[in-house]
Amino acid sequence: MRALVIARRELYAYLRSPLGSAIIAAALLVDGILFYFASLEPKRLSAQLLTQFFYDSSAATMVAGLLLSMRLLAEERQSGTITLLNTAPIRDRDIVFGKFISAFGVLTLMNVLTAYMPLMVYLRGKVSVGHILVGYLGMILLGAAVTAIGLFASSLARSQVVAVIIGAAMVASMILLWVVARAVDPPFNTFFSGLALHHENYRPFMVGTLSFDRVAYYLMVTYFFLLSATKVLEARRWR
Amino acid sequence: MIEIQELYKYYGDRRALGPLSTRIGQGEVVGLLGLNGAGKTTTLRILACDLLPTSGSVRVAGIDVVERPDEVRAKVGYLPDRPPLYDDMTVREYLSYAARLRNVPVAQVKKRVTDVAELTEIAEVGNQLIGSLSHGFKQRVGIAQAIVHGPELVVLDEPISGLDPVQIMEMRDLVRGLRGAHTVVVSSHILTEISETCDRILVIKDGRIAWSGTETELSATLKQGMHIALTLRTAGASSESTADKARATLSGINGVRDVEVLEPAEAGDGIATLRVAITSDVREEVGKGLIAAGVGILELSREKELESMFLELLEEGDDQAGRKRRKKRHADTELAASQPPASKELS
Repeated sequence: MRALVIARRELYAYLRSPLGSAIIAAALLVDGILFYFASLEPKRLSAQLLTQFFYDSSAATMVAGLLLSMRLLAEERQSGTITLLNTAPIRDRDIVFGKFISAFGVLTLMNVLTAYMPLMVYLRGKVSVGHILVGYLGMILLGAAVTAIGLFASSLARSQVVAVIIGAAMVASMILLWVVARAVDPPFNTFFSGLALHHENYRPFMVGTLSFDRVAYYLMVTYFFLLSATKVLEARRWR
Repeated sequence: MIEIQELYKYYGDRRALGPLSTRIGQGEVVGLLGLNGAGKTTTLRILACDLLPTSGSVRVAGIDVVERPDEVRAKVGYLPDRPPLYDDMTVREYLSYAARLRNVPVAQVKKRVTDVAELTEIAEVGNQLIGSLSHGFKQRVGIAQAIVHGPELVVLDEPISGLDPVQIMEMRDLVRGLRGAHTVVVSSHILTEISETCDRILVIKDGRIAWSGTETELSATLKQGMHIALTLRTAGASSESTADKARATLSGINGVRDVEVLEPAEAGDGIATLRVAITSDVREEVGKGLIAAGVGILELSREKELESMFLELLEEGDDQAGRKRRKKRHADTELAASQPPASKELS
């Protein structure tokens, strides 16, 4: 499967350039600082601390997802190397998927590296393993969705900066749908809150509740934006 | 190997290509020649399945580029005008990556990479990062990635662009070395660069094939409109008698179409200036004939170089772009003529 060939090359690029390491380091630092201050709260229960950890880490995950994905296609177009992929006997969907799994892999690695914090809560407090696993599942699904959005933005732009701005605007808009949901009457409030990237869909994971419709939501968002990125690549051949 | 029929490509409302029809045989080395914007790169990108045509049919090895692009891509190696190189990879890593992308089995990748590195003479830099290579080596790596999977068709877009004279010679040898094993299509906007490499030349103008043939045929076509400028002198004779004698001599030479007597270019007895229209390159015969007739030659020069005649062929017509280009070249020539030589400036 040539998507894996592309994914391997991208992982290699992340490891060789300071970008991947810098993003992971910065995200871990922010996560660590936020966790430290959250743990200083004396009256907080360990389950509440874990919930707060998943809430704080989701922000770092979203920012890191956008930063990791901004270069995926924009840089290839900027440097002209996209031609190598476009003229190889490989489908556009494989190009997109290969790119996606590389950035998603790095992001997941970053999430895994935060595991020492919930582990400390588990050892010193009273939380279930299920809560931790479901929280991580939510964070990974959110990361996948944001990476897919970032990849789609990267397919639209030639500059990485423009790509990250477009991606950030899209993610922010999708997060703020919960504000829209509060401002409109039923049944539209349910509709908008159901579409919101973070608020309504992420909360159940934070508190350790596994909800299959939320899982389906993130998978669908991921699929939709990966498909859109593929269509953008296909459309460029006609221009 | 390649069949193109009524190919059109539009960018929005602008026609970039078409109608374009041609055939290229197996093992041929064909040069696409044309000015910037003539449609060369668009043609090559369509052949490499990087771009889809608006209409028309393009078949590579009998396979349609629109219907089965993946199969075509497996048979084509493409070097765009800007080689698609990753600066953070070593040459070997990059070629292995290109080979894997193009279906070369894992077990054969190492051998293929070694073979193309030797063929393109980049083995010595195999472990260097691409970002640290010179332009000439980068261009070679670009060609190596285009042939690493052993394609039937190799498409090279301006492979000589930006190279120094030594690198140009080496690149010509490299492209010539591909003959036989591959069908090669090379593009350039410089006649001399392409004429020494290709079996056949397709001249593209305004998205259409304006001319097709071998270099010899193209040269003969261009030279039909060629002129020789002569300044002659016969000792103890008048200008008129020198001109008459020369005219009589030149009229007997096969390949001389017309002789025009101009105002003498230099002052002096017996000096005549002639402009001779020729249908083939007969400068040598003209020189020998005049000397044999006792006419001294002060100057014999071809009025225009083949390259500039070729450019005129491409720019002929009354389109605005052509007029602008001609005007600019004329202005550049006048500017260059008005400049004192560098040595004079220094002194």
